Amino acid sequence: MNWIIENLPLIGQRTLEHLALSIPPIVLSFVLSVPLGWLANRYRPSRGVLLTVLGLLYAIPSLPLLIVLPIILGTGARDSINVVVALTLYGIALMVRTTSDALGSVSSDISQSATAMGFSPWTRFWKVDLPLAGPVLLAGIRVVAVSTVSLVTVGAVLGIKSLGLLFTDGLQRNIVAEVLAGMVATIALALLIDAVLVLIGRLVMPWTRATRVASTRRARLTAEAAAS
Amino acid sequence: MIEFRQVSKQFPDGTLAVDDFSLVIPSRKTTVFVGSSGCGKTTILRMINRMIDRTSGSIEIDGEDIVGLDKVKLRRRIGYVMQNSGLLPHRKVIDNVATVPLLNGVPKKQAHERALELLDTVGLDRSLANRYPSQLSGGQQQRVGVARGLAADPNILLMDEPFGAVDPLVRAELQQELIRLQRELDKTVVFVTHDIDEAFLLGDQVVILQKGGVIVQKGSPTEILSAPANDFVADFIGATKGKRALHIDRRDGREIVLDSEGRAAGVLVDGPTGGSKDAPA
Ligand SMILES: Nc1ncnc2c1ncn2[C@@H]1O[C@H](COP(=O)(O)OP(=O)(O)OP(=O)(O)O)[C@@H](O)[C@H]1O
Ligand SMILES: [Mg+2]
Repeated sequence: MNWIIENLPLIGQRTLEHLALSIPPIVLSFVLSVPLGWLANRYRPSRGVLLTVLGLLYAIPSLPLLIVLPIILGTGARDSINVVVALTLYGIALMVRTTSDALGSVSSDISQSATAMGFSPWTRFWKVDLPLAGPVLLAGIRVVAVSTVSLVTVGAVLGIKSLGLLFTDGLQRNIVAEVLAGMVATIALALLIDAVLVLIGRLVMPWTRATRVASTRRARLTAEAAAS
Repeated sequence: MIEFRQVSKQFPDGTLAVDDFSLVIPSRKTTVFVGSSGCGKTTILRMINRMIDRTSGSIEIDGEDIVGLDKVKLRRRIGYVMQNSGLLPHRKVIDNVATVPLLNGVPKKQAHERALELLDTVGLDRSLANRYPSQLSGGQQQRVGVARGLAADPNILLMDEPFGAVDPLVRAELQQELIRLQRELDKTVVFVTHDIDEAFLLGDQVVILQKGGVIVQKGSPTEILSAPANDFVADFIGATKGKRALHIDRRDGREIVLDSEGRAAGVLVDGPTGGSKDAPA
């Protein structure tokens, strides 16, 4: 316990470093998954190949990937870019299938009616298909976010600064409190990012709440009617 | 005026959905396509706004072949209403109604004002404007769908079983509403339905279709009822049995009209009490 109190500034700093390493891969995998998911969904033949190959990325063990990437990218072994690239790849592996499914699940009634109104394919994608895929995309990116926050710690083995350093350092110096602090802070950070994502979802997709309220209200009314 | 000349549509899988279809759809009248499921009604309708492109033949709107027109622009000047309203669930009612004007670049404020007026036109309370479609009843959603179809003030309104999914009471109400609207707005309405009663109620021209978009008979409701082209039509419009197969029975000096089951449907009185739909105004 003492260790934690004495080292609060350090924990704070590691948390910020961790956050700085987590956000770019989350954002990038979301952004990159949109065109890839669109491609997989649009051209059926490409779907199987694309989704399988990208899905397999997730099977690459993270430590070797972090060792190999600097060689491929020509970056330094402790460069944070390696972590960002590796985690973006994992994020894409998780997110592309979700994006493709989400875009594919938009009701054909709605997209046909949008076409009939005179949406061009481009406008329809941005203003109808993508927003309607939103709730599923949100669910997907929440998984990516949690997974990313947890994977960032692996970089610590190579000396890349994050909350993971509290594990390695704590292990080496046999300070249990440090390891625990690292774990708790990582989980807290994951929860925080998750909460932020949910909040963003509510702000940009106000209709999902309205819909839920409407359907629960309807369900309640039906239940009341049935009970009386 | 919309004119189909020997139009065929074969889907990529080989289905010949419409085979050599020719028809003139007069302006400012309601033309109703009626026929059983899969006979090609939707396909014919969607060839008008080029959601489906015909494989052969030509389709002209006011003498202009639509093949030369930009699809997106064409669709923005043709209203379209479909069965499950097809409203955009992520947009408020008012934005749904204003969809096409907004696409056309009309300023938001102006488009919204117009949308509110259209809610009045279709008999919806303005207080619904800020709801999402999921917060409306099925009948209200269909009204919003109609308002949206009218928003760009199109000359042509395509309606694909717009009242097919609402309960009979609401449907009757919506039908009356459409008749009233049509009297006010004077659009070229092309309406698709399964329901022959609905076809006779709404149609100036009723087109009875069979598989492959084959026209079995077309004409005003009176013409079709008074001279069904064949047994299929007679059956379809219920002129052989059911509520349109009426006969007269004389009881106590009065003429009673009975249906095919022998139940009283009404009495005969002198002269028309109201103008028939086909009677010259
Ligand atoms: N995209 C498509 N690909 C292949 N066949 C199709 C396609 N769309 C429709 N068809 C076929 O074309 C025929 C006509 O279909 P259409 O949807 O026009 O019928 P409909 O009269 O509107 O039927 P319903 O009353 O059930 O809506 C049907 O046999 C249908 O299976
Ligand atoms: Mg149909």
